[in-house]
Amino acid sequence: MSTAITDDAPAGPAQAGDGPAARITHVSKTFGRPGEQLLVLDDVTVDVAPGEFVTLLGASGCGKSTLLNLVAGLDAPSAGTIEVPGGQRPALMFQEHALFPWLTAGKNIELALKMRGLAKAERRTEAERLLELVRLGGAYGKRVHELSGGMRQRVALARSLAQDSRLLLMDEPFAALDAITRDVLHDELTRIWTETKVSVLFVTHNVREAVKLAQRVILMSSRPGRIAREWTIDIPQPRRIEDTDVANLSLEITEELRGEIRRHGKH
Amino acid sequence: MASTETTGKTGTAGGEDSAGLAGLEAGLDALDTRTTARTPLRQVLLHKVLPPIIAVALVVAVWQLLYVLEVKPDYQLPGPGQVWDALADQWYEGTLFDVIWTSLSRGVLGFLIAIAIGTPLGLIVAKVPFVRAAIGPILTGLQSLPSVAWVPAAIIWFGLTPSMIYAVVLLGAVPSIANGLVSGIGQIPPLYLRAGQVIGATGLHGVRHVLLPAALPGYLAGLKQGWAFSWRSLMAAEIIATSPDLGVGLGQLLETGRGYQDMAIVLNAILLILVVGVAIELLVFGPLERRVLRNRGLLVAR
Ligand SMILES: Nc1ncnc2c1ncn2[C@@H]1O[C@H](COP(=O)(O)OP(=O)(O)O)[C@@H](O)[C@H]1O
Ligand SMILES: [Mg+2]
Repeated sequence: MSTAITDDAPAGPAQAGDGPAARITHVSKTFGRPGEQLLVLDDVTVDVAPGEFVTLLGASGCGKSTLLNLVAGLDAPSAGTIEVPGGQRPALMFQEHALFPWLTAGKNIELALKMRGLAKAERRTEAERLLELVRLGGAYGKRVHELSGGMRQRVALARSLAQDSRLLLMDEPFAALDAITRDVLHDELTRIWTETKVSVLFVTHNVREAVKLAQRVILMSSRPGRIAREWTIDIPQPRRIEDTDVANLSLEITEELRGEIRRHGKH
Repeated sequence: MASTETTGKTGTAGGEDSAGLAGLEAGLDALDTRTTARTPLRQVLLHKVLPPIIAVALVVAVWQLLYVLEVKPDYQLPGPGQVWDALADQWYEGTLFDVIWTSLSRGVLGFLIAIAIGTPLGLIVAKVPFVRAAIGPILTGLQSLPSVAWVPAAIIWFGLTPSMIYAVVLLGAVPSIANGLVSGIGQIPPLYLRAGQVIGATGLHGVRHVLLPAALPGYLAGLKQGWAFSWRSLMAAEIIATSPDLGVGLGQLLETGRGYQDMAIVLNAILLILVVGVAIELLVFGPLERRVLRNRGLLVAR
């Protein structure tokens, strides 16, 4: 409940004060039939505070997407509990834009607004507002295939924000973009997060990305995925990857991540 | 043409830094935006309309040649002129459009009923595993059963009535339409379904806003085939079942021609059947399919 559309409560981040935006407690996940099971997540516990930006960092295949899918309710944990208070469905952004190609950019956003229960008359204005927010004011009538990769991800972000959920899950949303575009989108995301005060759980395998964006970085180990270490980052935004603080921390975390990966070579 | 993309407002939220970012972003957008131009009319005429006209002209020319050379006797192979006369006769008698309309209205009505039955059927087969296992293979098998095979059964059930004709049309078209939808649904990228779930488009909302539109290309292919099967089945039924109650459609016209041993009428009827089929394809399904594909960026301009 972080954006302007709430019943009668004053708009703004102050609303989000009650309890964590997500509480992942002792969650495990196994895939496969009994006998040939694969333990992907093992006793993962993470809390995301209201308005907090958390990145979950880990090597490919460590179970990051699996965890986000569990939080999004697309799959059920094998053990443990996941609470997303407020009875809201968390928004989830994928690595691929996942926009519907049969709708225009604006209509994609309006569909999410409709599912949220927004009246027809308000949808258009709200969709335009969200497009302005991601700086795509002129893109309402554009078809998905007419947009560049970066623009698609921004529309996807606008569609996620349209859900007006307290929690935004992001699964390597910029991994497929070129470096310049990715950099720009990092800054945009930071700006939008500051404006909306939505809680973000952001998954990536890119250490610099994690350090640049997050207030807290959680490192996951692989096979099974466990929480290995955690860093709280109080370097003020906007951060640049070249800043010494950011660069040093990135190096430290990279070493740790490499250590985690190396352990698997020894079996 | 200048892109309007770059002229969009560049929010002022974050001061100078933000303005610089907005400018960079606008530049990136402008550099990487695709524009899809429609092919100009002249090109369409030259590359799409002219070739089939030439092909038809060639066929008529060869036909005329064979006729002039008297490869077959007159009553077996009339010339294009004679067939044209047969058509003109019908025109002046005022029966031409009646005959076409009798068949076309039946075909279209049967096809619409087939859509109304085939669509929910396809949806259930695609979404309910038990139903899929139970009747999926039968549905696929039915597609390869020539619908003429149903005519005797339909006559026994319904007699020589319009119901009998519609029964044959439905048995021909419903499996195609249902199968088209099933394969359309099967081809949906799982990502769309998950994205739909995430934004809360579940249950009937999910079917209406995600499943059906996502399956539309496959569904349209099924509809197209369904129409072809409707039309064929209709002709089969009309040729075999002639009765005063059933009126005169194109199939009956064909059968009349055979009865009189009048090859000009027979060829005339065949041509009309072909023309109606092609016209529906060109005027209805072609544009529909192109529109769907263009909207999704799947139509590669040639
Ligand atoms: N539905 C599934 N069935 C079986 N194994 C799966 C399934 N989904 C993911 N896995 C396995 O779980 C592990 C973690 O996958 P994933 O969460 O996608 O990793 P990440 O997103 O961190 O790269 C991988 O080894 C993958 O093969
Ligand atoms: Mg992943």
